[in-house]
Amino acid sequence: MKRIFPTHPIEEAVVENPWHKLRSFTDARIGLGRAGVSVPTKHLLAFQLAHAQAIDAVHSPLNIDGLTASFAEQDWSMEHAPIRLHSQAENRATYLQRPDWGRRLHRTSIERLQEHSTSRSEPYDLAIVIVDGLSAFAIEENTVPFLNELLPRLQGDATPWSIAPLCIVEQGRVAIGDPIGEILNARCVIVLVGERPGLSSPDSMGLYLTWAPKAGLTDAYRNCISNIRLAGLNHHDAARKAYYLLSEARTKKLSGVQLKDRTDDSVLEHDNEQHNFLVSQPK
Amino acid sequence: MTNASSKFRFRHTVGERTFGFQSLTELMAKATPARSGDRLAGVAADTAEERAIAQMTLADVPLKLFLEEVVVPYEEDEITRLIIDEHDKSAFAPISHLTVGGFRDWLLSDLATPMTLHAIRAGVTPEMAAAVSKIMRNQDLILVAKKCHVKTAFRNTIGLPGHLSTRLQPNHPTDDLTGIAASILDGLMYANGDAVIGINPATDNVAQACRLMKMMDDVIQHYEIPTQSCVLTHVTNTIECIEQGAPVDLVFQSIGGTQATNDSFGFNLATLAEAQDAALSLKRGTVGNNVMYFETGQGSALSANAHHNVDQQTCEARAYAVARKFNPLLVNTVVGFIGPEYLYDGKEITRAGLEDHFCAKLLGLPMGCDVCYTNHAQADQNDMDNLMTLLAVSGCTFIMGIPGSDDIMLNYQTTSFHDAMYVRQALGLNPSPEFDQWLKHTRIFQDDQFTLNHKIPGAFEHSLNRLLGGA
Repeated sequence: MKRIFPTHPIEEAVVENPWHKLRSFTDARIGLGRAGVSVPTKHLLAFQLAHAQAIDAVHSPLNIDGLTASFAEQDWSMEHAPIRLHSQAENRATYLQRPDWGRRLHRTSIERLQEHSTSRSEPYDLAIVIVDGLSAFAIEENTVPFLNELLPRLQGDATPWSIAPLCIVEQGRVAIGDPIGEILNARCVIVLVGERPGLSSPDSMGLYLTWAPKAGLTDAYRNCISNIRLAGLNHHDAARKAYYLLSEARTKKLSGVQLKDRTDDSVLEHDNEQHNFLVSQPK
Repeated sequence: MTNASSKFRFRHTVGERTFGFQSLTELMAKATPARSGDRLAGVAADTAEERAIAQMTLADVPLKLFLEEVVVPYEEDEITRLIIDEHDKSAFAPISHLTVGGFRDWLLSDLATPMTLHAIRAGVTPEMAAAVSKIMRNQDLILVAKKCHVKTAFRNTIGLPGHLSTRLQPNHPTDDLTGIAASILDGLMYANGDAVIGINPATDNVAQACRLMKMMDDVIQHYEIPTQSCVLTHVTNTIECIEQGAPVDLVFQSIGGTQATNDSFGFNLATLAEAQDAALSLKRGTVGNNVMYFETGQGSALSANAHHNVDQQTCEARAYAVARKFNPLLVNTVVGFIGPEYLYDGKEITRAGLEDHFCAKLLGLPMGCDVCYTNHAQADQNDMDNLMTLLAVSGCTFIMGIPGSDDIMLNYQTTSFHDAMYVRQALGLNPSPEFDQWLKHTRIFQDDQFTLNHKIPGAFEHSLNRLLGGA
């Protein structure tokens, strides 16, 4: 009888790739092997889990009570409780389709901020605005450890920063920090926002800084620190960069394209020492 | 809307109700299949009925009207001037008597052969292509696009019927050369990279672009791969790279369909002409001289607040007028990258991908597609499987190839190296002929067959062992 299987069928179904060891040099999903020409089951399911986590990060609501309780336990805990605010985007589906509504404050939120600011005559040096953005998960994971690094630096500054009550915004986008800073009468605002989740980074937080915030400013007036998370730019380094930008902004009284982050100018030179193993000759 | 007065240029009566539309721009927008970007812009039809009526009204518009009534003012916009000034009347003659609806019938009929479609290309404006696409079903877009053959060449031949090419996209979040090389190796072993090996740099400046160009050129030369490389940096950066003597194969630029969009991107038609001349002067192509690579995508004009109340699909088609001016090797729409505020879900992304491919092919462009989505869109890999398969059926020039569909630099999902092999196998499509020969010669394909080798070919095994210190 003719043999149907040339060799043992179970061993043959998945072809492994010997270059999968290169995974130690990159997070790219290389060397997956193949079943026929298709992705083997193991890697197919791992991909779907990563996508599921990213989807959950986008759609899960921000746990504000948990966040507020956690703030109260920190050494830097402020006298005034965080101010809870909401954008004009009612829910997630609207938020995703109307970025313009996510940049604007709901009427009741404007009133809440105005109530607070009329009780005070001096401007604040800084307002810190915490926004769910596209990943509430990122905010829940990163806000407290980041503020633990940043706030002691600001409070211990030679000219200590007066800081407005923390603001927490639901269904918000980056630019919503500007009207908040304006109404609170803050010289500067930083927005901590959940970034669009990547497949391998559902927990990435962004920071945006605006000097002299007011409604209607474009991105050209903002500075950004991206990918703040344990496996990305860690909280200590992110706070160091943020403190540098804040100090520079306060000295120069500006932000955006005219304010350069020079904390990592040396990175590129270091990078140049790498080799392209596909062509380099053995040493 | 039902009470049509004299301010309406276009009217349609159904029973006792008359619907009116004030301008060609408004009519085109309201006739567009539903999508979030047009709702965001406030130009979409208010009801499903109004959309259907707008499509009926648009079907009655003569093609000639598109030469008289422009959607973006001629005086304000160099792309409108390009479209009108370079319109070829003799190429237009065979279809000049048609309405938009009649044009759809003509395109689907046996009168429209690959040869006649080639002959009318220069007579079709982007707005005509967009208009007819709005009244075509998905299967119409597929069937007509399949009849439009567009061949280009640099170090290999792209776009022959029965072929599907891929861009190997080895992006890395810090441009780490070892990481990039690892992804290039992975892609080549899966028979990807015949359209281009193209990197989106993480650090976007001239020095970094030159370094990546050199790296890819070394690989292409070392293994004698009949393909081309590209660093997807700003066109002005690439011009500087050429001045500094970098090995530039293709010049890249993202382009939009209005002058104001391209102003916001920091270039104009003169910049592209300068870049094309510079790249041509290097004479690096061996089988052809198509040196430009463009990316497009619905929503970019609105995103730049430069859409003139024109719907996003018509803006997109106008970008193809820019592209075809410069005889590109490759063009692709990055269809799901922009996010759900422009294309909400898998259904809208699929429709847009088919429209973009059809319009570009009708206008004579070597159109590929970055079949992709972001994690905040209502889409998943199944939607990508569907769109990729539909596009491959319609003769799409190329798709992306990336390790495991996960772009770890740009944080979105596109088609994988495996996906390209799937669709080639399912539909019997081959890579570009020169690249196909190379795959067989280097024994990435085994036994002269379209079957991946179980073993890593010798030349690559040698490089791998050098790095890993293996046997």
